[in-house]
Amino acid sequence: MRHSKFCTIVLTLVLIFLYLPVAVLIANSFNMSKYGGEWAGFTLKWYGALFSSSNREIWMAFERSLIIAGTATVASCVLGTTAAIALHRWRGRLQTAHYGMIYTPLVMPEILMGISLLMMFTAIGIGCGMLTIFIAHVTFCVSYVTMTVLARLQDFDDRIIEAAYDLGASPWYAFFKVTLPILLPGIIAGGLLAFTLSIDDFVITFFVTGPGSDTLPLKIYSMIKHSRQMPVINSLSTLMLVFTCVLVAASRFVSNRKQRRVSATRK
Amino acid sequence: MLTTIPSFVWLLLFFVIPTLIVFGIAFHAPSADGGIAPGFTMETWRSISNPNYPAIVWRTIWISAVTTLICVLLSLPCAYAIARMTVKWRAVIAGLIMLPFWTSFIVRVFAWRTLLSPEGFLQRFLVAIGIASEDTILNYNSGAILVVSVYSFLPFAIMPIYTAAEKFDFSLLEAARDLGARSFFAFRKIFLPGVKRGVISAILMVFIPAIGSYVIPDLVGGQDSELIGNKIYQRTFPDRNLPHASALATITGFSVLVPLACVAWWMKRQDEREEKRLAAATERKLRGGAA
Repeated sequence: MRHSKFCTIVLTLVLIFLYLPVAVLIANSFNMSKYGGEWAGFTLKWYGALFSSSNREIWMAFERSLIIAGTATVASCVLGTTAAIALHRWRGRLQTAHYGMIYTPLVMPEILMGISLLMMFTAIGIGCGMLTIFIAHVTFCVSYVTMTVLARLQDFDDRIIEAAYDLGASPWYAFFKVTLPILLPGIIAGGLLAFTLSIDDFVITFFVTGPGSDTLPLKIYSMIKHSRQMPVINSLSTLMLVFTCVLVAASRFVSNRKQRRVSATRK
Repeated sequence: MLTTIPSFVWLLLFFVIPTLIVFGIAFHAPSADGGIAPGFTMETWRSISNPNYPAIVWRTIWISAVTTLICVLLSLPCAYAIARMTVKWRAVIAGLIMLPFWTSFIVRVFAWRTLLSPEGFLQRFLVAIGIASEDTILNYNSGAILVVSVYSFLPFAIMPIYTAAEKFDFSLLEAARDLGARSFFAFRKIFLPGVKRGVISAILMVFIPAIGSYVIPDLVGGQDSELIGNKIYQRTFPDRNLPHASALATITGFSVLVPLACVAWWMKRQDEREEKRLAAATERKLRGGAA
């Protein structure tokens, strides 16, 4: 029992370690003091500044982030689902190579993908901007979507497709009416992962961005680098934290309810 | 077969070919206008071996290795503690550990930068309890990089070890103790081998992003704690020396691929051994049955 106690103490300290910076950040977003070393009284002025017209650029960057994450998610869901179906159905040298191409980006440091895409865009003379960011994001999201859908396909009973064919369904009809609805939870999970990865990506985007196409993480980074409006970053980050927490909680709630409904119908 | 085409073509165009281009550019000379000069040369590789670069490569590998070690050492007791909780608590704590992962990475590094700054909370706290003095500098050095790296990658180490620990049969530990094994001995000889696979994926999940780290050394590191990631950026943008950047990227790629290949080889060997042992045991049983 002794080391059980030791482990609990380590876990508690780790949780404090994980939440300390976040807690200080949230506290500082309400702090009058500009440098946040000590408490100088409660204020909402940093939130006010965030929504003032002088910070319109932040919101424009946020809009660009949403556009890129949205389009990249859709594209990587399509590519990832077709890839997973191909990997599941076929075997052979081509699919081994295909799997290697899907798997390697997962274990490559991000900076390598960033620099290699930049070199290629430079070599063929494509100017960097929203399009190159979109291409880069799709490239690193495909692997994650494929892996998530592939996991879902593992419990997939191929005989139901054959049954659909036997009952006279065309390949397209069978795909849209049988395969797709069964894979949908996997695709949605992969898409959510792709969306969060895309909206949060810094390193790859940093390499392939062009003038006037900074996404939100790049905008925050340049604000940090130039030490401009640090307290505004605090308030922006706090809002982002609240937003993500609500989103994660909501998705948990939905999936829990669905699970409960499923187990209820089974009873 | 048609379903192979979209992803295959996309990744061939935007992953395989660019990677090969980077490798190729490392064998060219930079041109005066910041592009790439034609003609094959080993000049880039010769200038890379000057004393400045190996020091940076070495520092990157060293910091990544220490980060990985600390993450694994902290994750083992955490995974153990979570796996021994009730199912409901497990979900809560695992959720709390993963929650920071869903928030902006750049914001978390920024939070540390504020925390470690001379006017920051941590400095005041350490001075107050007498560990540090007023002029101790917490930010902008290798120590700061280490702390923030551990902070950023720790969830990726805890989760795989916890997943392995969840499947671990804890009655084995009680049995060992009943047989007189000391707590730590039982932990090392029974729990650790039981979660071995989790530990290996934890090592990879931390070491790989640590090697390619750019944001952390850039925001909390200093002049004399540059890592490969900073150098690649510097050579790509301010200096516009693409061959140098390519050579450094190639080195980074290999420092990830070599450990990865070792792990894959080791896992395969373990699997084969396990299979042989199982086959031998089955054979013995069959023979015993026949006799």
